Amino acid sequence: MAATVVPTASPSQAAKPDLRFKRLDITMKRHQYRPDALIEVLHVAQEVFGFLEAEVLAYVAHGLKLPPSKVYGVATFYHLFSLKPLGVHSCVVCMGTACYVKGSSQILEGLQAELAIQSGETTADGQVSLTVARCLGACGIAPAVVLDGEVLGKLDPVAAIARVQALQQQAQS
Amino acid sequence: MELQTLQNIASNERARQKSVRIYCCTSTGCRAAAALEIIETLEGAIHQRHLQDQVEVVGVGCMGFCGRGPLVQVDPDNLLYQEVVPDQAASIIAALQGGEAQPQRGNVHHPFFTRQMPVVREYSGKIDPERIEEYIAVGGYQSLYRTIYEMTPAQVVEEISRSGLRGRGGGGYPTGLKWATVAKMPGGQKYVICNGDEGDPGAFMDRSILESDPHLVLEGMAIAGYAVGANHGYIYVRAEYPLAIDRLQKGIQQAKRYGLLGSQIFDSPFDFKIDIRIGAGAFVCGEETALIHSIEGGRGNPVPRPPYPAERGLYQCPTLINNVETLANITAIIRNGAAWYAGIGTETSKGTKIFALTGKICNNGLIEVPMGITLREIVEEMGGGVPGGEVKAIQTGGPSGGCIPKTLLDTPVDYDSLRQVGSIMGSGGMVVMDQSTSMVEIAQFYMDFCREETCGKCVPCRTGTVQLYALLTKLLERQATPADLAQLEALCAMVRDTSLCGLGQTAPNPVLSTLKYFREEYEALLVEPQYHPHPPGAANQPVSALGSVPDSMLEGA
Amino acid sequence: MAVRTLKIDDRELAVEAGTSILEAAQEAGIPIPRLCHLEGVTPVGACRLCLVEIEGLNKLLPACVTEVGEGMVIHTQTAKLQEYRRMTVELIFAEGNHICAICVANGDCELQDVAIQVGMDHSRFPYQFPDRGIDLSHPLFAIDHNRCILCTRCVRVCDEIEGAHVWDVAQRGPDCYIVSGLNQPWGEVEACTSCGKCVDACPTGAIFKKGSTTGEKHADTAKLEFLSTAREKHQWTR
Repeated sequence: MAATVVPTASPSQAAKPDLRFKRLDITMKRHQYRPDALIEVLHVAQEVFGFLEAEVLAYVAHGLKLPPSKVYGVATFYHLFSLKPLGVHSCVVCMGTACYVKGSSQILEGLQAELAIQSGETTADGQVSLTVARCLGACGIAPAVVLDGEVLGKLDPVAAIARVQALQQQAQS
Repeated sequence: MELQTLQNIASNERARQKSVRIYCCTSTGCRAAAALEIIETLEGAIHQRHLQDQVEVVGVGCMGFCGRGPLVQVDPDNLLYQEVVPDQAASIIAALQGGEAQPQRGNVHHPFFTRQMPVVREYSGKIDPERIEEYIAVGGYQSLYRTIYEMTPAQVVEEISRSGLRGRGGGGYPTGLKWATVAKMPGGQKYVICNGDEGDPGAFMDRSILESDPHLVLEGMAIAGYAVGANHGYIYVRAEYPLAIDRLQKGIQQAKRYGLLGSQIFDSPFDFKIDIRIGAGAFVCGEETALIHSIEGGRGNPVPRPPYPAERGLYQCPTLINNVETLANITAIIRNGAAWYAGIGTETSKGTKIFALTGKICNNGLIEVPMGITLREIVEEMGGGVPGGEVKAIQTGGPSGGCIPKTLLDTPVDYDSLRQVGSIMGSGGMVVMDQSTSMVEIAQFYMDFCREETCGKCVPCRTGTVQLYALLTKLLERQATPADLAQLEALCAMVRDTSLCGLGQTAPNPVLSTLKYFREEYEALLVEPQYHPHPPGAANQPVSALGSVPDSMLEGA
Repeated sequence: MAVRTLKIDDRELAVEAGTSILEAAQEAGIPIPRLCHLEGVTPVGACRLCLVEIEGLNKLLPACVTEVGEGMVIHTQTAKLQEYRRMTVELIFAEGNHICAICVANGDCELQDVAIQVGMDHSRFPYQFPDRGIDLSHPLFAIDHNRCILCTRCVRVCDEIEGAHVWDVAQRGPDCYIVSGLNQPWGEVEACTSCGKCVDACPTGAIFKKGSTTGEKHADTAKLEFLSTAREKHQWTR
């Protein structure tokens, strides 16, 4: 494991230039490699790589001249950063108070049963990641679920499951 | 830019605007219900009927009545259509020429609208948030001009102090005093931070302000910068609000292009630039010292205050941190004067407050009301009560607040009255609960929230919330005895009094307030203790942790 | 030198301005329990054991980070404080796996001392028995996360005195743990100089020298204070 996390000094020394690391370089340069840009850079890294693997964290730590443990501490502190690969589709159930009062926990239970995973997990086929949000600020249309970035409001468990099934079928066809 | 240029932009924009403007809400809630499709249909219908010269469709921010979205409003006729579906949208245009509009008509004379007093939300839902010209056309950036050319920084601070404005993020700290503290710090680098990390579940006022009228906040920040002597501002927004971030980015770019932000604003020596910082999903970052750490790129761990950020904040420099809604009040105060603002509200709580009225309520959405209005007026008159049921309690202040029972519905909504009944104003979430809601479950829900959101730095908050959650779960599983209830209360007091930051100090509030008003629900779940010679849950038995401590050591203590 | 006069537990004191309440109490020989505080590194006010009552303030303040003020009247041993301290220690014991009888630090453990000091003989809160793992990959030292109380002394010592920053805190809330490098085994972290300062800084038996058995750990916490005074004030006295 240790061998994989030692940062590659620069993309030029890497075996083959990876465009994704190039984007990280551009981002870090735009922030003048300032250590306080860590969260900004991690946002971009997550967007480019999909998740924050050890190699990426090591690369960022090296670029911003930060101790690796600090980078790891920050990356694991925030909910939005994922150190594990995520599914192709994301399904976020809002568990804010307004949604909770209107039955979002039943929606979550329904989806967990349907997908046979717990929240925070990804289905075995790597298709759907199920997560909960603390509040989407869409309380007016509670209970709300976000499927691949699209906010769906006033759902019930049956409707929510139907939407997720539609996504899965789309993936199969 | 000079004042004349600003006024020219405003008059050009007013001349450009068509005589009939059809507002369509494009905020997060209405977008989820096909608002963008409705805009397309409306525009198509206008073209079809060759009305382009008289009618325009404007994608606007939140109109407030989110529960009945998507909303479409026709100006100047003041017709409101609610729950519009794309198929019926074209008939709204037809109605302009005498046809029949299919979508349901909203009643603009309902108390939900007439009891409101829009100060911050004055132009929400009436201007296109993505075009700075529309903001300028309604008088935008003139307050900034006035402060720079007609007032000294000290006068601005004085004006804000006299207005009686208090922090809208929850604490209710006098805004003028905060500004004065930062302004009085010796010169050098200072910062202004706008706290848009609106994490309270059930609250979306700040999202709505940023999505509907971003320049209002940007102008407020610039005025704050001028008043306290800062030339750099940060606006910290949750990543969960992509539309707000997008509109802020556009707003900052447009303002920079016109020279309303950046160097030498209005050709004066005053510089002010604003950067956006995007959160990454941590409720605790709403706490100001945690937020500062997050902007600095670190873990969002709060630190003990003092020193307050006003003395030593971002990058160790004096920093002014205000909430979105607080900063959104500034231009109105400068425009209309402190005396006007201080005339609204109660003795100790001035101005208006925006609430997100949600939960089991007929009319849910955003309302801006003068301080001092009673909960009953909000819930029964404006909100129309609970659909097919009765109000049981109202939760204000999110995980830091409490549940107010229906017997206290006549409580006026102001900082001090809400505190007296065991809740807080908070950032403005107001969740209505009916008889089907178990108060112990609500307390458990909030404790679960705090347990997951604690940063883990201080002991009482990190482990106390876990133990409180376990006790509440034990209660709900009907395993708890009167001794457990006593322990729950004792631990609540301990976590409240000993935690490092506001999150821990207020985490027990939902439990304490429900215990105060709904104690019978807790007591109904209790069981009598049963003693077994060998209890099944051996894990719950006290184990002497010290093990083999030498007696001599025990004596020495 | 500006002087502040104040009262701690009915004793009149005069101390230098800028002194913390904890230092003032220490000078006067008034014991205030603490766990996260370590002489020589930045105080963080995290363990909440050193909270004191100050007359006229309705909030309890941590003595380690609160500066003395003129005319302050401070109480360190009120009934409320004693009860809260006991609960704090109970919470710490219930959170990890602190079994003194089989611990390397038995007899030389600050957590144990504090438990005795506040009169905690058992925890009224259910033990959580976490399974947090042990890292034995370092050739000289080891870390048993089950005994960690997250005081972050090791993190601060390694960062501020040794300058290696091997340690940091990962995750958040109840899931927090002390992480080495990029969540690597300690022995594989190149930045570690094997100086052993974290072993001395650790108040419990969480970080220890390999090969020590029950009761054999003797942490030299004073060494860290000595190092920082030597560096800052150029005084090499112990």
